[in-house]
Amino acid sequence: MKKNSKIKNIVGTVWKFGSNIDTDQIIPAEYLTTGNPIELGKHAFEKSRPGFVKDVKVGDILVAEDNFGCGSSREHAPRALLGIGISCVVARSFARIFFRNAINIGLPIVECNLRVNEADKINIDLIKGTITNLNDNNTFNFKPLPNFLLELLNFDGLVGYTKRRLNRVDI
Amino acid sequence: MNISEKILAKSSKKVKVEPGEIVEAEIDYVMLNDVTGLPAFEVFDTFGVQPIKEKVVLIPDHYVPAKDVASAAQAKAMREFANKYSIKNYFEVGNSGICHQLMIEKGFAAPGRLIIGADSHTCSYGALGSFSTGVGSTEAASAMALGKLWFRVPETQKFIVNGSLDNYVMGKDVILNIIGDIGVDGALYKSMEFHGTALKSMPLSDRITIANMAIEAGGKAGVFSPDDTVFNYLDGRVKGDYNPIYADKDAEYIDTFEYQAGDLVPTVAKPFLPENISPASELDNLTIDQAYLGSCTNGRIEDLRLAAGILSGRKIHNNVRMIVVPASKEVFNQAIKEGLVKTFLDSNAFVSGPTCGACLGGYMGVLAKGERCISSTNRNFVGRMGHQESEVYLANPAVVAASAVKGRITDPNEIL
Repeated sequence: MKKNSKIKNIVGTVWKFGSNIDTDQIIPAEYLTTGNPIELGKHAFEKSRPGFVKDVKVGDILVAEDNFGCGSSREHAPRALLGIGISCVVARSFARIFFRNAINIGLPIVECNLRVNEADKINIDLIKGTITNLNDNNTFNFKPLPNFLLELLNFDGLVGYTKRRLNRVDI
Repeated sequence: MNISEKILAKSSKKVKVEPGEIVEAEIDYVMLNDVTGLPAFEVFDTFGVQPIKEKVVLIPDHYVPAKDVASAAQAKAMREFANKYSIKNYFEVGNSGICHQLMIEKGFAAPGRLIIGADSHTCSYGALGSFSTGVGSTEAASAMALGKLWFRVPETQKFIVNGSLDNYVMGKDVILNIIGDIGVDGALYKSMEFHGTALKSMPLSDRITIANMAIEAGGKAGVFSPDDTVFNYLDGRVKGDYNPIYADKDAEYIDTFEYQAGDLVPTVAKPFLPENISPASELDNLTIDQAYLGSCTNGRIEDLRLAAGILSGRKIHNNVRMIVVPASKEVFNQAIKEGLVKTFLDSNAFVSGPTCGACLGGYMGVLAKGERCISSTNRNFVGRMGHQESEVYLANPAVVAASAVKGRITDPNEIL
């Protein structure tokens, strides 16, 4: 990992979600007329969890069950989450396009069977693969992302990576 | 190696790849639509390079002709991007269709190719033996610049369907039953490889439906072994050369699932997940407000023919609006030539030009609160086609047509 790694510990407050949270729930199709994360963020979970946007704070963490982000390929979904300042999404499993999109736009995601309560504060170590619940000090382990994907997160996602490739910067 | 592994190995210039490995592979085409295009163009413009033009395919289809001012701006951005970089493969409204149908009709999809598309149903081209998968806008932008993209080599599940399908049982029923078995995340991150005598004798159209819905099981791709049905279809259509790729005899699969085609019946997926299946005949007490025939899943000429066969000489039920959306101009033209459009109009169905429109609750058939739709599309999530309290039941085109006539969910065998 590079010296100036942006990947460091993520500390935030938990918002819990269930299984099969599809991209229509994250950002309804009617708002797919912009790609701007801030604009998209205003409508995150608007129908499925009204009021969420009002209460969520920058740095908060989503903790879901299985198959988070299933459905359409819309990158608008992780962009909306970035737009409202979500620092990481933890789920037992992710739909694969959401998984790719999140990494590619620089939104850290973690596959972990995490048992925490709503509003708990947790600390995620992406390199070591541990999540600590700061309320009760319970620790959970997960398999860290492969190095290549950690590198992508480190370059602000695929945009930074592609720019380096195009400029023939050694990566 | 299996088909997916062989295509990823070839495209990343490796002799062998293994599941879990991350490779950077050369893509044959990258496709974008009007919804996913704009964010990709914005990212691409920050790279300050020319795109690899011949690999880029731009197809406006979701909200065109524009449904409102914002979607008009998205479509405009796509046309301007095509002009700015002289991208030849741009398909204007009127000469176009639903992106996946067009990718197949225009000969971009072919055996052995690696194709990505900024749309989740890009997995459709596996029906022709491509490894094709949906990606996001940022990675589509990166692929336009580099001609390459990273892939995690997926594990592969093998699905074998033997025997023959009964009347009005289609590819849609095969894939709905598979999803019903393994669940909407049953193929998560995995490639689904389809085999068996029932699929071998199946028209390409039905194979496309099966590959198309691999994503509804969480699959990365849905792949078939290309055969004469595919080669004949591509004859005179395909762009460039192609090399069919088949699984090795000792190919590895993490799971194998077997089905007898004769066991399958016309099937419906109930709200709010495609895994929620029931035989159509067991839902015959459910009245419907709308019947939708179209989409990348089931908007092909074969689908329209079957539905028209049921509607011929019959009328749509008074309490139902039926919407028919041919998946492309070619399909539309053929439907007119065969008299199918007249059959639809005579039965009081509404027929429109190709668009994704109502499938994703965009326009041209959005549901009101409490409305129920029987639909040949691919998703029945909460609010997918409209109001949060509307309901979508997924089914094959014959079930859609029979239900439209009866005003309630109907197994076509009941009326024929």
